[in-house]
Amino acid sequence: MYVTTAVIGAGHAGLAASHLLTAASVDHVVLERGEVANSWRHERWDSLRLLTPNWLNRLPGAAYEGPDPDGYADMSEVVDLLERSAKDVPVRTGVNVASVRRSPEGYTLTTSEGPVHARTVVIASGACNRPVVPAFDVPPGVEQVTPFDYRNPSRLPDGGVLVVGASATGVQLAAEIQRSGRPVVLSVGEHVRLPRVYRGRDVLWWMHHAGVWAQRYDELDDLTRARRLPSPQLVAGSTLDLNTLTSMGVELVGRLSAIRDGAALFSGGLRNVAALADLKLNRLLDTFDEWAGTAPGERHEPTRVPESARWRLDLRSGEIGSIVWATGFRPDYSWLDVPVVDAKGVLVHDGGVVGDGLYALGLPVLRRRGSTFICGIEDDARDVIGHLVQGLR
Amino acid sequence: MSNGVNVQALLDAREVLKGAPEAAQFTWRASSKWQHGVHSTTKIQKFFGLGQEQSHKSESVFEADHPEVFAAEDNGVTPIEYLLVGLAACLTAGVASVAQNRGITLNSVESVVEGNHDIRGILGADSDVRNGFNDIKVTFTIDADASPADIEALVAQSQKRSAVFDALTNPTNVTVEVA
Ligand SMILES: Cc1cc2nc3c(=O)[nH]c(=O)nc-3n(C[C@H](O)[C@H](O)[C@H](O)COP(=O)(O)OP(=O)(O)OC[C@H]3O[C@@H](n4cnc5c(N)ncnc54)[C@H](O)[C@@H]3O)c2cc1C
Repeated sequence: MYVTTAVIGAGHAGLAASHLLTAASVDHVVLERGEVANSWRHERWDSLRLLTPNWLNRLPGAAYEGPDPDGYADMSEVVDLLERSAKDVPVRTGVNVASVRRSPEGYTLTTSEGPVHARTVVIASGACNRPVVPAFDVPPGVEQVTPFDYRNPSRLPDGGVLVVGASATGVQLAAEIQRSGRPVVLSVGEHVRLPRVYRGRDVLWWMHHAGVWAQRYDELDDLTRARRLPSPQLVAGSTLDLNTLTSMGVELVGRLSAIRDGAALFSGGLRNVAALADLKLNRLLDTFDEWAGTAPGERHEPTRVPESARWRLDLRSGEIGSIVWATGFRPDYSWLDVPVVDAKGVLVHDGGVVGDGLYALGLPVLRRRGSTFICGIEDDARDVIGHLVQGLR
Repeated sequence: MSNGVNVQALLDAREVLKGAPEAAQFTWRASSKWQHGVHSTTKIQKFFGLGQEQSHKSESVFEADHPEVFAAEDNGVTPIEYLLVGLAACLTAGVASVAQNRGITLNSVESVVEGNHDIRGILGADSDVRNGFNDIKVTFTIDADASPADIEALVAQSQKRSAVFDALTNPTNVTVEVA
């Protein structure tokens, strides 16, 4: 099969790429190993709702049309949104791309349905293909769960749960596991604290309208850092920061730094990571006020940190039955046989332009702070596909 | 505006070492000699880094002993107090560097470091008590041309980038051998 452009992945990024390729009359195909919206169907836990309110989740060819623009979509609603966006998109589902190699005319893709030859390739295979699990020597008898295995608390063994990581995934799972009656110890490293609502509006309304998400990648002080920023402590509908969790009875400990002789050892720096997050939150709210040109709105109680947080937790005592690794996700490029991935597994690109007709979409701060969000894809895709189309001339 | 920290040199080093991780491997060394009782003398001059042997301008000598309340001669500070020296010095250097980088002029930076220590651990009087500090508290008093929030941010950032803060708050593998 010959195409001008092969798009790998039918998540929202691949679908957006397709819409813009079609608009530019570029013949192309979208190759998807599973189904449209595969990640949302198969790699998320039961209770997950989007952090972004409905009105914000616009895609090329699909926007929210239901009765609750301020609500937060559950997974079936997200799948529905993507399916609507996939209408008229040339998606080939059930086609796994096993390798991508350079060829005289561009690239050759080895797929489960035979080779595909393409002049240009758009990598839209997702930024979160694998959960990151740090290498620690966990004693046998303690069950280990990643966000990809986790569906709901009832599948966890009885007993205490150590949740490692306090970004969006970690705080959401910690809350629902604690509610299920299993006492949670939450290991907290650097994190991003956000209230759900600021001055009566969703905090993401502010991020969007005050232009935070529109900040360009080539105008940021420290792009590497911005790209590694953890997701914010947010859940659909209400504030879920460390103070909320403490009030629910979750025990906070520092960043997990080692497991030695069957005991988890946590950093003694919890107070500082909380202080950093509080300071950063206040600076963010200041920028909102500046943008709005009004007097400051409400400020939040500093994060309450235990007087003397535990720094050692014996994993053999029976107190902890399972560990949930909410330690982030990473992309999988094992199929990419082009030397464009650095030693840390990061794709090397300039605003989505990898070079030689290879492009990427859907990576953190690809071109803007909002790049990984559904609402951020259209602008990115316009820029990236614009560059691709130029290159074809 | 200058606090006397050559931030540009540090930023340049960061860029260079990003691509040369071998050169970033340093080994710091101290040589110690028992004197008498619990008194020892430790000297520091040479270290390894940037791919070769390096040397401080001159040798520094540190006496360590126990105080008279421990029935010792008090020829110098207690070994665990050296950790306080390291922490205070490291955080202070961090505050100065971060301030320089952020264009904040410092008029004065003072700190008090307190390490709470239950000595029943080292005496073996109670096996549930650890040998080291129970906790450490650092209190900074900073006079600078910056808002209180900016000053707090300086102190927070200096902890984030501090070698000694990390060494004290996280476990480190330590191997002790007889040569
Ligand atoms: C837990 C979680 C919650 C999130 N919540 C929100 C939110 O509330 N709001 C928001 O805007 N964003 C959210 N995001 C971020 C982002 O919107 C999602 O990660 C989204 O799935 C990314 O879309 P994508 O198209 O880039 O990648 P994906 O949706 O992952 O799509 C990539 C597709 O590529 C396919 N694929 C991968 N490799 C191959 C291959 N070799 N061959 C063929 N096909 C392949 C996959 O099957 C998949 O369907 C969340 C992310 C996570 C992980």
